[in-house]
Amino acid sequence: MSEFALRTALPQYLRVEQEKIQKLAAAQGLDFFPIVFEILTYDQMNEIAAYMGFPNRFPHWRFGMEYERLAKSYEYGLSKIYEMVINNNPSYAYLLEGNSLVDQKLVMAHVCGHVDFFKNNYAFRSTDLDTGGKTTDPASRPKDYDPNRRWIDKMANHGARIRRHVARQGINKVEEFIDHCLSLENLIDPHAPFKGTRATKDPDVEEKATEIPRLRSKDYMESFINPEEYLEQQRQKIEAEKEKEKKFPARPERDVLKFLLDHAPLDRWEHDVLEVVREEAYYFQPQIQTKIMNEGWASYWHSKLMTEKILDASEIIDYADHAAGVLATSRGQLNPYKLGIELFRHIEERWDRGQFGKEWEDCDDLAAKKNWNLRLGLGKKKIFEVRALYNDITFIDEFLTPDFVRDHKMFSYQWSNRNERYEIETREFKAVKEKLLFQLTNGGNPFIYVEDANFENRGELLLRHDHQGLDLRADWAREVLRSLVRIWKRPVNLTTHVEAKPVMMRYDGREHTTRHLRRE
Amino acid sequence: MSLKIDQDHSRFRNIVRGRIRQNLRKYISQGELIGRKGKDLVSIPIPQIEIPRFRYSDRQQGGAGQGDGNPGDPVGGDQGDEQGEGGRKAGEGAGEHVLEVDVTLDELAAILGEELELPDIRDKGKSKIINEKDRYTGIRRVGPESLRHFRRTYREALKRQISMGSYSADRPIVVPIPDDKRFRSWKTQAEPVANAVIIYMMDVSGSMGDEQKEIVRIESFWIDTWLQRQYKGLESRYIIHDAVAREVDRETFFHTRESGGTMISSAYKLCAQLIDDHYPPEEWNIYPFHFSDGDNWSMDDTLHCVELLKQKVLPRVNMFAYGQVESPYGSGQFIKDLRDHFSKDERVITSEIRDKDAIVGSIKEFLGKGA
Repeated sequence: MSEFALRTALPQYLRVEQEKIQKLAAAQGLDFFPIVFEILTYDQMNEIAAYMGFPNRFPHWRFGMEYERLAKSYEYGLSKIYEMVINNNPSYAYLLEGNSLVDQKLVMAHVCGHVDFFKNNYAFRSTDLDTGGKTTDPASRPKDYDPNRRWIDKMANHGARIRRHVARQGINKVEEFIDHCLSLENLIDPHAPFKGTRATKDPDVEEKATEIPRLRSKDYMESFINPEEYLEQQRQKIEAEKEKEKKFPARPERDVLKFLLDHAPLDRWEHDVLEVVREEAYYFQPQIQTKIMNEGWASYWHSKLMTEKILDASEIIDYADHAAGVLATSRGQLNPYKLGIELFRHIEERWDRGQFGKEWEDCDDLAAKKNWNLRLGLGKKKIFEVRALYNDITFIDEFLTPDFVRDHKMFSYQWSNRNERYEIETREFKAVKEKLLFQLTNGGNPFIYVEDANFENRGELLLRHDHQGLDLRADWAREVLRSLVRIWKRPVNLTTHVEAKPVMMRYDGREHTTRHLRRE
Repeated sequence: MSLKIDQDHSRFRNIVRGRIRQNLRKYISQGELIGRKGKDLVSIPIPQIEIPRFRYSDRQQGGAGQGDGNPGDPVGGDQGDEQGEGGRKAGEGAGEHVLEVDVTLDELAAILGEELELPDIRDKGKSKIINEKDRYTGIRRVGPESLRHFRRTYREALKRQISMGSYSADRPIVVPIPDDKRFRSWKTQAEPVANAVIIYMMDVSGSMGDEQKEIVRIESFWIDTWLQRQYKGLESRYIIHDAVAREVDRETFFHTRESGGTMISSAYKLCAQLIDDHYPPEEWNIYPFHFSDGDNWSMDDTLHCVELLKQKVLPRVNMFAYGQVESPYGSGQFIKDLRDHFSKDERVITSEIRDKDAIVGSIKEFLGKGA
């Protein structure tokens, strides 16, 4: 065992607790990977947290900045990381040294929930290694599902790869390039892992004989109205048109990083760095897509296990105090822990009482609805199903109800130019739900596509921002174009909207320009 | 499983250093750092260094929240992403983040020096004054992990395992236990060190207004900071004068305003006296700085000043610096007089400081020669 692990191995009394808690969790139906707990001092915790839970990653100053932020935030007493767990098989989880026993037990129960979620939620299947994407269908999951998720090794390998390039190219050169890659980190296609491999040739683009539209004529007039020369002229025109339309890529490409990997003129080391950044971006994708569910699920289970099974009387107060802190909604903001756990409880109750289906939907009698209880007891089964098959968007879309929004005092807010502050906009169900879904869509990122890799026949890159009502942050967009030029090595263009007008932003390697486009 | 955060952290700090350097002139002329000085550390707010992405512009987005309030009520605070628990962030929040970075004054002075290309100052002879310095020479059985001596530790472990018979040459695995650990330890050594004194003199006659004093304050803070880096023991003395001069503490120096006539010679006389009484030139590096708006009482007094400088001050100091702060009332004559008399003397440095923006240039004029 490594020295690090020796220093951080769980002491005996906590190992006893871990075993107890895991048994209780399993008895409730939770199904998790083996969990390795390590116990860390707060500065070790900050270090590990800066690396998002991984003891070894590629070198980059961003992690150092995150460390500075965490360390300072701890020093000032603003925050303290109690637990961390990574999606790995076996899962590694970290406890903070010096926490009270109640806290450690709570964290262990919480972690069981997370690891169950990692193992069973469909979105995380895309993090299975060596399966070629075959296990992404939850229905096809084998009984003894034990996927290779040695991400801890993979991340360490990424580190080794990049360190090798650093040794040859120098840290400044490599780090500067990583900066550019990280600027593009969010330009991936969250659905890519579930699309399967795409046919290399698109049947739609199959060559068809060129049909030349003729002017309408009576048969006997044909040779006068559509003379040979005219038809030939038309044919040439259409062909030229077609040639122009032979676009590359044939259809807009959402995984910009993949496109760049395949087609940008990169040195080998640059290719390798970009590949690492892309793979890691995909690793974190499911966690972004299921933040509310994942935290909700873990909170649901720690709460249930603690209050029903684990706590003794002397621990109740400490537990309640801690739990209240975790679930508090501060400054009017949504707390994913709180929203998630309450929604799971809401679902469980509805399915226990049979508050779903046509009859329920059609019922207009408020009193009847209030006392509706068919005693179906389907709640538990339902929430296990939900945890396997949903992500935050589908979760909210399907299970957020007007009652829930009202009971939990949810609202949507908006920036007010007049008062220079964010203000509550409305508590109306539809608006709140829409806002929430929009926030979650594509991880809150704008939709960007590679539209044309040979723009205006000059080898320039054309990206399209699929504008959905919100403008891009302009100064950042310019910086990202700069990074794209560094990688594409030719000018890069981006179509978007600024204040409701279509524009084309362009960076040619020397200067940025923005020009207005005519409305299509 | 070794953690690499130290390297990443130090590279981040380097980037921060670069940012500070870019904005150094701004920080210096603002003077706000002076107030922040607490224990040798200053906190410098720099805009969070973020990696730009395609993102929505902050203001437009809005979102969903939870809690009391009616439509139109403010949503408290900015969009925070801090969690009490969990290592992951809840989707980055909007709003400018400002990062406060702690920098030691020493580091800041180094940056200042590099940026202004200030030369390292040559010590003027070692004095008998002794400074203590730690040197790592010994080995102990206890100590912080950072000082662990790996080779010695493994040697101890190997010795133990051999003596206990648990070492096998076929499987040469050596596992140290806590008792095996050995740490480097230090001895404190005495070392002679050069000392320096800055004698600040300021004209506090009515024409030296708050703004003029602020300029002097900021400039002298940075001069202090830079010289502190050059010398281990740096003393500062403060003299204010109108028609008469007296020695005061730092606080008074920057806050007194007198009125009445100005006799610069009174300050120079007192300065010479201070040197006579406390700072033998063979042991001390001496830097007198005089700030005024350049209005002296009479030509006679100015000549007296020149005389004092030539006879009593210049022979004993590393350099003599005169900074003339522009004021709407002063005639600004004194700097011309000094230049007339000392244009060939390298020990005398004069600098005109028009406004706060001129401070950086003035520091360079004063200290750039290295004296």
